[in-house]
Amino acid sequence: MSGSAPDIAGGVGESRVKQAVASACLALLCVVWFTPVLALLVTSFRTEADASTSGWWSVLFAPRFVIENYVDAIRITGVGRSLVNSIAVAVPTTIGTVLISAIAAYSLAKMSFRGGVAVFLALVGLQVLPPQVVLVPMLKLANAVGINGTFVPVWIFEMGLTIPFGVFLLRGFFAGVPSELIESARIDGASELRIFLQIVLPLSGAVLASLAILQFLIAWNHLLTPLIFLGGTSGLAPLTVQVAGLVQTEGGGMSLLTAATFISIAVPLLIVIALQRYFVRGVLGGAVKG
Amino acid sequence: MIPQISQIALGMVAIPALVLGFIVLGESVIRRMPEARQARLRPWVWMAPMLLIVGVVLVYPLAITVLLSVSDAKGGGFVGLQNYAWAFGKAMQPVLVNNVIWLTVFPTVTTGLAIIAALLLDRVKFERVARTFLILPTAISFVAGSVIWRMMYEYKAPFLPQLGTLNALLKGLGFAPVPWLLEENLNSFALIFVAVWMNLGIATLIISAGVKTIPRDLVEAARLDGAGDASVFRYVTMPMLWPTILVVATTQAIFTLKVFDIVYVMTNGSYGTDVIANKMYHELFVTQHLGHASAIAMLLLLMASPVIILNIRQTRAAA
Repeated sequence: MSGSAPDIAGGVGESRVKQAVASACLALLCVVWFTPVLALLVTSFRTEADASTSGWWSVLFAPRFVIENYVDAIRITGVGRSLVNSIAVAVPTTIGTVLISAIAAYSLAKMSFRGGVAVFLALVGLQVLPPQVVLVPMLKLANAVGINGTFVPVWIFEMGLTIPFGVFLLRGFFAGVPSELIESARIDGASELRIFLQIVLPLSGAVLASLAILQFLIAWNHLLTPLIFLGGTSGLAPLTVQVAGLVQTEGGGMSLLTAATFISIAVPLLIVIALQRYFVRGVLGGAVKG
Repeated sequence: MIPQISQIALGMVAIPALVLGFIVLGESVIRRMPEARQARLRPWVWMAPMLLIVGVVLVYPLAITVLLSVSDAKGGGFVGLQNYAWAFGKAMQPVLVNNVIWLTVFPTVTTGLAIIAALLLDRVKFERVARTFLILPTAISFVAGSVIWRMMYEYKAPFLPQLGTLNALLKGLGFAPVPWLLEENLNSFALIFVAVWMNLGIATLIISAGVKTIPRDLVEAARLDGAGDASVFRYVTMPMLWPTILVVATTQAIFTLKVFDIVYVMTNGSYGTDVIANKMYHELFVTQHLGHASAIAMLLLLMASPVIILNIRQTRAAA
């Protein structure tokens, strides 16, 4: 770090050069970061014959795109059904996580009681617990309920893995809601549930959306939980399990695999692009102390 | 398709109905009690759904894992510390070495790149667009990321046309293609880079937020005193960013303990790339030794415990 050239008071010209260098470096980083996604997208529209004889960048010289891969992925491999399964895993999980975390976080933030701090600290610790620690008992439970079951155990486990974070995130926000607001409602005779539903929740739309987006992405992207509770090949397998299966059997070749993979990332990409504000807020709220 | 859709509908209605129904029921009971008792009981009623789920999914299994880690392969007889002796023994050594590599390289590279990216973002005019590009990979699953990077790393014999982006690039520059995922000592770094690619966005967001809290006047004052870019970075930026960097680095360190999907999909632990979490999956499903798998899980917990304690301490200090 030391030993760099001494900086003599930077003139306007020099700062412009510096900004150009910074822009170029960042642009390069963005190109490097986006290229893999672009490679996937391009390959998913190439024929198997093309994809197995030339690299994806050859489309620059000989552009030829087909949509068959997507048709095959949906018709033959059942990616459409997996898409529905992914929704079936992610949506109820998201609703449950947000609701359960919000109710618990409100009581931890706005009701003072003995043991509250201890519960909160325990949750902070559990937030970092590697999920593998609960894997073996989870498997035993899965065997007990039967692998060809329903989405219910997946929902419960996905909720359990995220709720400690959810409570942490929401508690930080609820603590900032002015207590006078809540006190005056209490004096007016409003029940605690009414205060929560009609005063606190409407103020918290943005932070609830942040938690919802994070949980949706986590549940959508997880491999291990659905793999264990729904099995690798059953009709209930979500996209992650299906794609991992395609990788291991190498069935269908590169073009089918890339099409299935792109279908699996389309929803998360759209969410992060369209709802970036909430995504960023959730990430920051979880990292910075609430 | 019908069972899926009816389950989605059921989940979307039943979960909120159960939770809210429980709270309404609990409130109707509490409301008849004396005020002091209400205040004492209410928080526990409100926390009950959370406590139930966290208990079933995290606390109870944690206890079972502790028990299983001192039991035999089938989870029956007590075997003392045998499984731990195995977990710290010869079979696990290459795996542990890999995890140490992950643990040192991954947080360092990710955090370092994130600091650079955050400082660059602070200086350019296209911050929002650039930020979007950097966080895109964080949205996709590790499975998809692994599929993508298997393509990027694809290797063909030197006389064949290279289909993988990296090797085509090398060839174009006149170098020999590299079997990224097969070559021991190199392949773990190739896997780590996939993780860097997927995590840089979040690390950059957090550090970027830290950069924005550095007061401009402080930087201006340092510049007026004749400090150059390097000195400003070293004596102003870094000290101010330090707490944020620590948060990011510990989060990344914890991530390395959990890393499973990338290794599972890309190499499945072959060619000397195995890590603890993948080894555990192997013990569980291939060898079917519950004792070994649970001892590995405890090892993970042990490695995560410094961060767990640190987080609890900081939160307590802040509360």
